[in-house]
Amino acid sequence: MSEQNHKLVHTFAALAELGQEITGAFDFQKMIRTSLHLLVGSLAIMRGGVAKFNRFSGELNFLAVRGLGDEFPLAFSLSRQAEREFLDAGLNAIEINSHAENWTPFVKDNLSILVVNEIELLVPLVVRDELIGLILLGGKASGERFSAEDKEIICAMARHIAVGIVQRNMLTELERRAEENFQLYQTLQFTYKSTVESFAAAIDCKDKYTEGHSQRVGKYSEIIAEELGYDAERVQGVAVAGYLHDVGKLVVDSSIINAPRAITEQEFAALTRHTTVGYNILAPIEHPFAEVPLAAKYHHERLDGRGYPENLRDNEIPYIAKIVTLADSFDAMTTDRPYKRRRAANEVIEDLQRNVGGQFTPELVTAFCRAWLKELNGETKRKRILKMLGKNYCEAEQIAPLLQNALNEISPTTRLTLVAN
Amino acid sequence: MNKDTGSLINVRSRREGNIGVIYAGDYLNKLTGERIEREAQNLLDAGCLALVVSFHDTQFVNSIGVSILLGIIDAAKKTNAELVFTEINEHTAELFEMLGLARHVRLEKDETAAINSFQIAVS
Repeated sequence: MSEQNHKLVHTFAALAELGQEITGAFDFQKMIRTSLHLLVGSLAIMRGGVAKFNRFSGELNFLAVRGLGDEFPLAFSLSRQAEREFLDAGLNAIEINSHAENWTPFVKDNLSILVVNEIELLVPLVVRDELIGLILLGGKASGERFSAEDKEIICAMARHIAVGIVQRNMLTELERRAEENFQLYQTLQFTYKSTVESFAAAIDCKDKYTEGHSQRVGKYSEIIAEELGYDAERVQGVAVAGYLHDVGKLVVDSSIINAPRAITEQEFAALTRHTTVGYNILAPIEHPFAEVPLAAKYHHERLDGRGYPENLRDNEIPYIAKIVTLADSFDAMTTDRPYKRRRAANEVIEDLQRNVGGQFTPELVTAFCRAWLKELNGETKRKRILKMLGKNYCEAEQIAPLLQNALNEISPTTRLTLVAN
Repeated sequence: MNKDTGSLINVRSRREGNIGVIYAGDYLNKLTGERIEREAQNLLDAGCLALVVSFHDTQFVNSIGVSILLGIIDAAKKTNAELVFTEINEHTAELFEMLGLARHVRLEKDETAAINSFQIAVS
């Protein structure tokens, strides 16, 4: 092979490797280091460096250097004039020769450093009229001057490196924006959750006996959803449905809600309106979880069709409403009411079992009993159910066997019940 | 005295008195070749007055390899250490000649010839 051909093969191999490196590398630092090796190795250039330009600080920061001494500064300030000169030069090699009249502003500003380090060529990395960085190169190992052909090769490789830096800048910007969006989304979610909780507190103010009811129903619903293995987003949707299920009570007369006696038929009719009113309040709102209004409307429906407002039967009732029904009823049974003391834990478990298939969906009751049992057995760190039930309400020795028994006895295929979608 | 210095970075090297011998192996043509450069620097820092780089297991040298070798040449120059490359195949020798590396380094047939060629005393 002739020397010329040999040289061409060596250079083209470097160019091909550089292309692969730029498009295939995941590690930016490694990519830049490898690129510099390929560039200086293709023509056996004794030293060099690749710098990235930071427009905001006006600095050139070196990402990789070869053969430059320890004293070589890894950052250079770039004046506006120097930046303009580089932009005007475009992606072309600028030779630093001995004629002072040809020196660019950058050379004039940094002459002593460039001379000490025997820098002979500057290649501004310009992409779409923007200065991306700069490559500095020393002399060739052969001692020959850079030929026009050499400069073309260097510029071709510099173009690849510039693209690599631009790609990295774009990726960094994309990552920054994605992070910003994520933070914004989290803030919005937090705001939404806080608003929902405030709403729940406002609803509960209406009923002095059931203070905290909506919040507890939200939390019980959340626990059931978690036990069902829902993902975090869906769990939050179910929790919100629980928090807002009674929003319609805002328009029901307080004297009915707080009546210290069994209410009349007429009062009951007024009370039942809270479901459809709740739906009408929530439906126009753009919820992240579309089923929230349905839970407000149907949380008093029963699987056997004896509920209200539409006497729906099992498979006609939205699943989210079934979850909230259980959470709502459990809280009603375990808190004092104007006309009734709360019931003992063993009675509540019996009630849940008895009403499986008629009022409650079997797999939801088992999911809830399982979560409750886990807390009693110390299998979970968080004791959310026990905390809401209060101290001394249920002792593990007495209640755990009852829950285990309920879990053994409740069949997921109880008549009338369909399994969750 | 022969003493295998080994290396934490898995580059094979050894010392023979104040001569350091590094085996380029197949590391040279990748970024891992920087390990060879570091090993050369370590040997120089440890007091070696001459370095031998053996290309016994090196089939070819690409641009990354050339860059690494330029780094070793530079390091040797800074400490005035002698540098010899051995067991270079014909193709690589042509490349070194063409790129001008041969101006900065002596080429010897093998390790023994390289060691014997040094003016410095092996102690």
